[in-house]
Amino acid sequence: MTAYIIRRVLYAIPILIGVNLITFMLFFVVNSPDDMARMQLGDRRVTEEAVVNWKAERGYDRPLLFNSEAAGLDRVTETIFFQKSLRLFAFQFGASDSGRNIGYDISQRMWPSLAIALPVLLVGLAINISYALMIVFFRATYIDIGSVVLLVAMMSISGLFYIISGQFLIGKLFHLVPISGYDTGLDAIKFLVLPVLVGVIAGIGSGTRLYRTFFLEEVNRDYVRTARAKGLRERVVLFRHVLQNALIPILTGVVAVLPLLFMGALITESFFGIPGLGSYTIDAIAAQDFAIVRAMVFLGSVLYILGLILTDISYTLVDPRVRLS
Amino acid sequence: MPVVLLTDAFVFLLIAVAIGFALYARRHEHLSAPWRSVGRSPVGVGALVVITFYVAVGLLDTLHFHPRLEAVPAVPADAEAAFIGSQAVREATPDRLPESSPEAEPDAVWPAPATGPAPRYSAQVLSLLDVLLNPLRERQEKTFSAPFATRSFVREPIEQPDGSVVRDFPRLIHGGAHLADPAKRGWDILWRTLLGLVKGLLLWALLAAALVWLLARRRGQPPRNLARAIAHGETELPWRVALLTLALMLMLMMVAADLSAKYYILGTDKVGEDVFYQALKSIRTGLVIGTLTTLVMLPAAVILGIMAGYFRGLTDDIIQYLYTTLNSIPGVLLIAAAILMLQVHMTNHADQFASLVHRADLRLFFLCIILGVTSWTGLCRLLRGEALKLREADYVLAATALGVRHSTVIARHILPNVLHIVMITLVLDFSGLVLAEAVLSYVNIGVDPTMNSWGNMINSARLELARDPVVWWSLAAAFGFMFTLVLAANLFADVVRDAFDPRLRALR
Repeated sequence: MTAYIIRRVLYAIPILIGVNLITFMLFFVVNSPDDMARMQLGDRRVTEEAVVNWKAERGYDRPLLFNSEAAGLDRVTETIFFQKSLRLFAFQFGASDSGRNIGYDISQRMWPSLAIALPVLLVGLAINISYALMIVFFRATYIDIGSVVLLVAMMSISGLFYIISGQFLIGKLFHLVPISGYDTGLDAIKFLVLPVLVGVIAGIGSGTRLYRTFFLEEVNRDYVRTARAKGLRERVVLFRHVLQNALIPILTGVVAVLPLLFMGALITESFFGIPGLGSYTIDAIAAQDFAIVRAMVFLGSVLYILGLILTDISYTLVDPRVRLS
Repeated sequence: MPVVLLTDAFVFLLIAVAIGFALYARRHEHLSAPWRSVGRSPVGVGALVVITFYVAVGLLDTLHFHPRLEAVPAVPADAEAAFIGSQAVREATPDRLPESSPEAEPDAVWPAPATGPAPRYSAQVLSLLDVLLNPLRERQEKTFSAPFATRSFVREPIEQPDGSVVRDFPRLIHGGAHLADPAKRGWDILWRTLLGLVKGLLLWALLAAALVWLLARRRGQPPRNLARAIAHGETELPWRVALLTLALMLMLMMVAADLSAKYYILGTDKVGEDVFYQALKSIRTGLVIGTLTTLVMLPAAVILGIMAGYFRGLTDDIIQYLYTTLNSIPGVLLIAAAILMLQVHMTNHADQFASLVHRADLRLFFLCIILGVTSWTGLCRLLRGEALKLREADYVLAATALGVRHSTVIARHILPNVLHIVMITLVLDFSGLVLAEAVLSYVNIGVDPTMNSWGNMINSARLELARDPVVWWSLAAAFGFMFTLVLAANLFADVVRDAFDPRLRALR
């Protein structure tokens, strides 16, 4: 098992290098740092001096890959690729284009993100699984058909609609909770209720439909027929046999997204003014802060790969039929 | 003079591919049989009718041309300039309050477009849809007005005949301008709605009669019997559902056409543009993103996926590495990074683009590519798995043993047997991509802000919910149009998937 995990982690390294190369190409080769400086400084008639200053302040004045002016090892280290891209591997995110420490910001902002994403995941999971079970229990009745129509309709509604109408209805019409903002400690709860609610409702359509197909797949298997033939009641069959087996794909799917919860929900956070990593990313995109976007791309890839590894491990733990190879 | 924008060219290519594929599928039972079962599903047929209406609008909006100089009288050209100008103003100052909006005639206040006066007309790019909707496109109010309103949404100082100035809601320039007494608006709307319904029904009756006659002739059946069979839903293909949906859509269309001639049926936005026109123009953007995204990455996904599965070994490793790497970058961030870089490029090379339209079009195409880059990996992986299975099939082994070249084996034996996966992916991805466009445009990393799209409509309207009374019509229009398309696409995709996936069929 340990050897397997180590091999999987080692396998992640070339992928991360690939990610790094792609972002490096996107950010520094497609457009030169000069182009970025001009864009940031805004004016087209910006002086050469201002561009040089802007680059020097942010460390973009080095050569891209190879520094012929330096000596020894510095030839490789005193380059943009080493300073800006390779350092990400040590989680040294450096300073943002506006001069803030990205690593510190991330460590502060990941907790509000988690405070939204985790309840959305858990509550959503509970609701989706119970709803899907109910549909399967009443399969081939009007409840089934009506539910499927409802789910498809809910899936077809844009996520933006849930956010906007949720804020409008609950925040503005009924004045139940604050519309947006955030607070520390327990006071945060009243700010979190609305985003969590919106997140859960927005996920019901696709989530329940997916779980319904999982359940339906299990319901038609031989062991279910055997259980029914034994004379077990439908309720027992569903909850003891079908649910347990269908939980395997559901849980491994959840494990895959667990690490990504830190990244936060982009739109929800920025709309409700939650200072999480999602709104951090959105703000960076709006302010065209390339350093932050670069850091978030790397962080996202690391978490995604972590999720993949966790999924593989959890498969072997939950399902003894899967062997490590 | 016709103009073919980059995305237009790809839409035409898509149509050519679709026709070619349809001809190919007709001759191959394993591809045509599932489509026939799609045709027998009432839900599928109903959804298809709705989608057809959207596609028709989108195609009309794809035929672009430069209007001829002498054919365009001076006045519409000015309105056109104001139109472009207003788009530019909106882009420059998105949070400008309507109270401070220019109050004089549009062409005096709007900044002139960047192009000079003489080539201005020929630089205009219009589409066939623009010509059809000319009255909607050209009329413009000063600012917001509610659906069917006759008066503006915002109070303005109005000079009375006796010289005094009163702050009141002014009459709209175009909306309900034909009414002598705005209080009688209800009767007028009712009358026009009825007229539209009758027109729609007449049109439908004409089409339905033609259809029944054609079908009856083909089958050698008396039309009366066939009509009765359709009415009772006894035909093999669900013609009844198709005709009912068609009737509904036609009546909606005619009522909307009749009403929008004299009213703003979905209100006007901040700069006084017709929201209904914007929503119709947005259809093309949504369709282009939903279809071209899959199309542009299709060759790469198919070739790489089949190669990985067929050759295995080092090829497989490299291709797997490639798509795992691309997949591990969070999609939104990759799109954001790419669009930011495109913006940098466009700002620094602004002189390369002939007009705003070309610039917006390039950005739309680029968005399709980058969305494709983030989504092709799923298809690639599916195809790899299928190719892995197929290469062990007896007929492939036989072909290999007979010394058939790899390229021929792939083209003749592997590719035809994975086509259904390609098709299902194309259909399944569509609705997700339409929704994704709205989210991306909302974060300003989607289509160009000057382009009509549902995401841009939502983005510019979201702050207006804070007003009292609420400005809801822009949001409602965008969400409504988007919902109808996505719902139809989702229902259709379900039917297609069920038809192609024998395992799911067995579950029923």
